[in-house]
Amino acid sequence: MARAVTTNRKVINTAFAWGIGLLIFFPILWTILTSFKTEATAIADPPVFLFFDWTLENYQVVQERSNYARFLWNSVIIAGGSTVLGIIIAIPAAWSMAFVPSRRTKDILLWMLSTKMLPAVGVLYPIYLIFIELGLLDTRIGLVIVLMLINLPIIVWMLYTYFREIPGEILEASRMDGASLRDEILYVLTPMAVPGIASTLLLNFILAWNEAFWTLNLTAAKAAPLTAFIASYSSPEGLFYAKLSAASTMAIAPILILGWFSQKQLVRGLTFGAVK
Amino acid sequence: MGQIKLEKVTKSFGDVEVIPPLDLTIGEGEFTVFVGPSGCGKSTLLRLIAGLEDISSGQITIDGQDATNVPPAKRRLAMVFQSYALYPHMSVRKNIAFPLRMAKLDQAEQDKRVEQAASVLNLTDYLDRRPGQLSGGQRQRVAIGRAIVREPAAFLFDEPLSNLDAALRVGMRLEISELHKRLATTMIYVTHDQVEAMTMADKIVVLRAGHIEQVGSPLELYRTPRNLFVAGFIGSPKMNHIDGAEAAKHSAKTIGVRPEHIDVVDGEGVWQGTVGVAEHLGSDTFFHIHGTGIAETLTVRATGEVDFRHGDRIGLVPRADQIHRFDDQGLRMP
Repeated sequence: MARAVTTNRKVINTAFAWGIGLLIFFPILWTILTSFKTEATAIADPPVFLFFDWTLENYQVVQERSNYARFLWNSVIIAGGSTVLGIIIAIPAAWSMAFVPSRRTKDILLWMLSTKMLPAVGVLYPIYLIFIELGLLDTRIGLVIVLMLINLPIIVWMLYTYFREIPGEILEASRMDGASLRDEILYVLTPMAVPGIASTLLLNFILAWNEAFWTLNLTAAKAAPLTAFIASYSSPEGLFYAKLSAASTMAIAPILILGWFSQKQLVRGLTFGAVK
Repeated sequence: MGQIKLEKVTKSFGDVEVIPPLDLTIGEGEFTVFVGPSGCGKSTLLRLIAGLEDISSGQITIDGQDATNVPPAKRRLAMVFQSYALYPHMSVRKNIAFPLRMAKLDQAEQDKRVEQAASVLNLTDYLDRRPGQLSGGQRQRVAIGRAIVREPAAFLFDEPLSNLDAALRVGMRLEISELHKRLATTMIYVTHDQVEAMTMADKIVVLRAGHIEQVGSPLELYRTPRNLFVAGFIGSPKMNHIDGAEAAKHSAKTIGVRPEHIDVVDGEGVWQGTVGVAEHLGSDTFFHIHGTGIAETLTVRATGEVDFRHGDRIGLVPRADQIHRFDDQGLRMP
């Protein structure tokens, strides 16, 4: 029997959900609003919410002072590159864990995930030195590699969960049909896992896009992505809230738009395997 | 083409030996059925032959060539799975063509063979559909189509009909038998359904706990089961097993009489009993008889409509030449 939900209850639930949603969204909304204020209005006490003189001045200044397009392009390359590279490595790894598991497979998966528990700063020094040695400092390729490695455990784990949902008999059938391992992965497994692979791509692209620790520490001028672009507007000597907000809005806008249009995929990706 | 030979083949999963050393030869063009209760190792045995599982020791040869370490793709065997295992993202046409595409046949040849297989299996109208848009029987036909296009050395069927409803199952059973007659290719068929085994097989292999209990033609197994297990497994309804004094009269530990070899008489018989449940099928009538004093229940099959009802007291006469005798090991006595 379906549970009876009264109208009152629905109203309360909806209001509650909206409340939580607005609470989470408020800082972003505030940032966007601030980006349209003058520096003086931005620090006004009491704060002004909607009724101020809207201005695009901050965006002009930010655009004049730094080359937004270059940061954006670096972000696209670094986030995209690390995600695609990660997927290419993770598909065979997840295949073997899902379809030919050994007694240690679960341990390996947990161990991989455990690397995410290590504070990143713990390995900053050795990685920094390696980067100097290999000439990777402030290069896009260097960041692609680091971010790929950072996110690889999550990519493998997600793909493993999706692959587990694919009946092994179908892969066995392809083997009986004469498919090599490459054919099996390329023509049977991957097309069947497309929804899962898409959500994995998306989530990891967002994670890599937002990653700030490594991108700030391993870049200077050439390879700096949008995270560095934001950071350059927060300086200890004088805070320009309005300009910082304009820079932040410009940095998060592409990923916000991407996220908006792919909500369905993302939600499915995050809850996949949880319910069946 | 299509002789498969297993020599001292074993399979263990960890410390558990599921197939103890086993020898078996499957002749060219033969329709062999592996039958046994669930967990008897029949599917594992099929997967070993397919190469989907590695054997722990022993040797498998296909057409005289050692196939023990040959990957499944190279064994020239085609398999039909219980779940059909169709590629859900491909049309029926692409599903059937997949083995040909893997074998890198040219497109014209692929199209020709797919059309042929589709017309044999009545799938021509469905070639552009996805498997999800087909009924169970049609999916099964696609799976068979995918197997026949590549003209394999042998076909392996893993309980292919168990997901179909009863009426469809009978129809598909006939289709597979006809396919075998037409192609004359070796077929190995795994089932737990002894009716499928009896009706389709040239040769039945009865398995229990990884052991081969008996190999023979359906009627050999029916007429001369080697032990109590085979006697009970082959034949429907099951053979009646009688222990004790009644068996001792025939100087055996246990005697077995098939339900169809006991005649029902109104009045005195060799044994007397009370009708418990009477199942009237029209063509046959099954009686479950209680209170005989020789076994808890005896099943009797009478031909046609026999009008005894629940609670009737009747006499039973076993046919003397149809009494199977078994010793204390459960083995058949001559």
